[in-house]
Amino acid sequence: MRRIHDFHGGIHPAEHKSDSMAQPIQPAGVPDVLVLPTGQHIGNSALPTVAPGQRVLGGEEIAEADGALSVPCHAPTSGTVLAVEDRPVPHPSGLSALCIVLQPDGRDEWAEPRPFANPMNADPLLLTQHIQQAGIAGMGGAGFPTAVKLSPRPGKPIQTLIINGTECEPYITADDSLMRERAAAVISGSLILAHVLGNPTVLLGIEDNKPEAIAALKDAATGSGVEIVVFPTKYPSGGEKQLIEILLGAQVPSGALPADIGVVCQNVGTAAAVHHAVVNGRPLVSRITTVTGEAVSRPGNYEVLLGTPIRHLLALAGYDASVNQRLVMGGPMMGFTVSDPDCPIIKTSNCLLLPTEAELPTPPPPQACIRCGLCAEACPASLLPQQLFWYSRGRDHERLEAHNLFDCIECGACAYVCPSHIPLVQYYRASKAEIIAQRQDAERAEHARQRFEARQERIERQAREKAERREARKRAAEAKATAATGDDKDSDPIQAAIERAQARKAALADAGSKD
Amino acid sequence: MLAWLEQFPLLAAGLAMLGLGGVFGALLGFAAVRFRSEGNPIADQINALLPQTQCGQCGYPGCRPYAEAIVNGEAINKCPPGGEAGIQALADLLDVEPIPLDDEHGEEAVAKTVAYIREDECIGCTKCIQACPVDAILGAAKQMHTVIASECTGCDLCVEPCPVDCIDMLPVETTLRSWHWPLPPADRSPADIIASDCDVNQAVATSHSQDRDQAA
Repeated sequence: MRRIHDFHGGIHPAEHKSDSMAQPIQPAGVPDVLVLPTGQHIGNSALPTVAPGQRVLGGEEIAEADGALSVPCHAPTSGTVLAVEDRPVPHPSGLSALCIVLQPDGRDEWAEPRPFANPMNADPLLLTQHIQQAGIAGMGGAGFPTAVKLSPRPGKPIQTLIINGTECEPYITADDSLMRERAAAVISGSLILAHVLGNPTVLLGIEDNKPEAIAALKDAATGSGVEIVVFPTKYPSGGEKQLIEILLGAQVPSGALPADIGVVCQNVGTAAAVHHAVVNGRPLVSRITTVTGEAVSRPGNYEVLLGTPIRHLLALAGYDASVNQRLVMGGPMMGFTVSDPDCPIIKTSNCLLLPTEAELPTPPPPQACIRCGLCAEACPASLLPQQLFWYSRGRDHERLEAHNLFDCIECGACAYVCPSHIPLVQYYRASKAEIIAQRQDAERAEHARQRFEARQERIERQAREKAERREARKRAAEAKATAATGDDKDSDPIQAAIERAQARKAALADAGSKD
Repeated sequence: MLAWLEQFPLLAAGLAMLGLGGVFGALLGFAAVRFRSEGNPIADQINALLPQTQCGQCGYPGCRPYAEAIVNGEAINKCPPGGEAGIQALADLLDVEPIPLDDEHGEEAVAKTVAYIREDECIGCTKCIQACPVDAILGAAKQMHTVIASECTGCDLCVEPCPVDCIDMLPVETTLRSWHWPLPPADRSPADIIASDCDVNQAVATSHSQDRDQAA
């Protein structure tokens, strides 16, 4: 039995998970229109490779990866491309971004699947490429391209692969239902990931509030070498650094990556997607999304095609708009409000929360900080939220960085426990963004300075060269003149011309006098 | 020698001072030659804080000349692109009081802008190319010109020389990448003091109930 460790802080909010676990995963079907953003992951947006009017098959690539930190997009079903244009995307800003709009034809014709033959003996690099080409990005919420995490880093071997089945945020049960019903795919995907990483120890971490999933996983993992590690429920155990501390007792140093201490974390959804891509040859075109909250009459988990508008899911789940104030994408702790129900479900959309006002009330006006220190007790990153709050209000960026603002995982535990209802995470998010923007401005200014100085230097050089050329010409002319006067005075062309003209005048005068 | 010096303590003290002066003078002289700093380090530090738009709104031909002018006593409030934040940074560096921006040199821009050439109207005169301090305009004589948006500092210097007025300064649009969470608005941020008198408590209580009413 593996020893379980604990991390600092954490909270125990009401779980509300049973509401959406009453039924098994249901297919959400094919909507009238699919809106596929080209940027469903962290990194460069994919580049569309289709034109409006073009017919595509299911699983066909419709946008290609732009560099290593990017993944392609695929058509979730067969149909016609209606447009490649800006549409609202699920993002806290409510902005629009480039999307490929697809009208399904209902025939669901698929391109030939391309499974990876004999993956457990294959070259890890080829497998990584295959995983990238299948469009897989972290399905736990952040959407980091999976292939990047799998790429070997010289001198840093991976000793442990952690499969994250924690799903610690209230309401969300997408991973839970996946592990219950498709445990074999999760284990198979985990083994493929382990092979790519050079066969490290594989630990699958799961909270003890999911007994059915634990049983199913233990069953599927028998004899596979994947160890299922069960630990007590606490929010935010599912944070990458928190999970590593729970399972290994080791902390990821500030500013470092898990890979620096020989660990890679992948979500269970990602593992299942890898299984489908490698074994079945199907790219990532659907995911499991929890639709829950008291404003829907049929909460549950739906297998949703990527690009399905939220509106379609709301209709399926029996949504009552009259009791709902806001559409939340993600959970109650880390989710964000989506303003437009036409926004699509994307690779990272694990939950759609439709709460009533009583369920998730509008936060009351913030009061003064009373220095109670509850936030510091709750912080899973062992930060000092109070200090960060003061510095954030004062825009004291130096002190914010000195107090490790960038180790904040924005879990919301501090704001949850705050008796004064101060929206602490909002301050940290804004301050992080301001600091990053300032760094970018400084980089840009440095770049402009270099260009300006290069230009100044060029202008000076050109002026100098011009002056030198003029000088050289002047000197050459003088040399020629002195050479001419030195050689022979008669050979001076001006003098010769004057003499010729005088001779001609004299000849004319002679001719005139003879007449 | 020592005995002789003991007889004239005043002379001894004088000699000792002279000797020390000579030793330290030599040391300082050596250091001045050995550790001579190239250029003007303070001007470099000031230049690093200036926004490098090279716009010349301060009255100097670029950020570096203004940095050198500040070293020589010029006011620190003549850089509109740097704005109040820039003045604050300069004041911190030079340990002087920050002063408000000098209106004479322009106002702090609300949004960043980037030059855009309406290419159909461009006659290819190359005047904007010569005006651009960071070589962000591409083109040749009698050929259409265009702005490399990622290199443009938004300094406005190309607008004036254009004979056909085909250059616009467009605000940089917010994209998903450049967007970020704003700080909570001031009216939503908590009070600095804890209210202890009855009136304020009542006011807070009523505003609470109003909020609830609106929400419901």
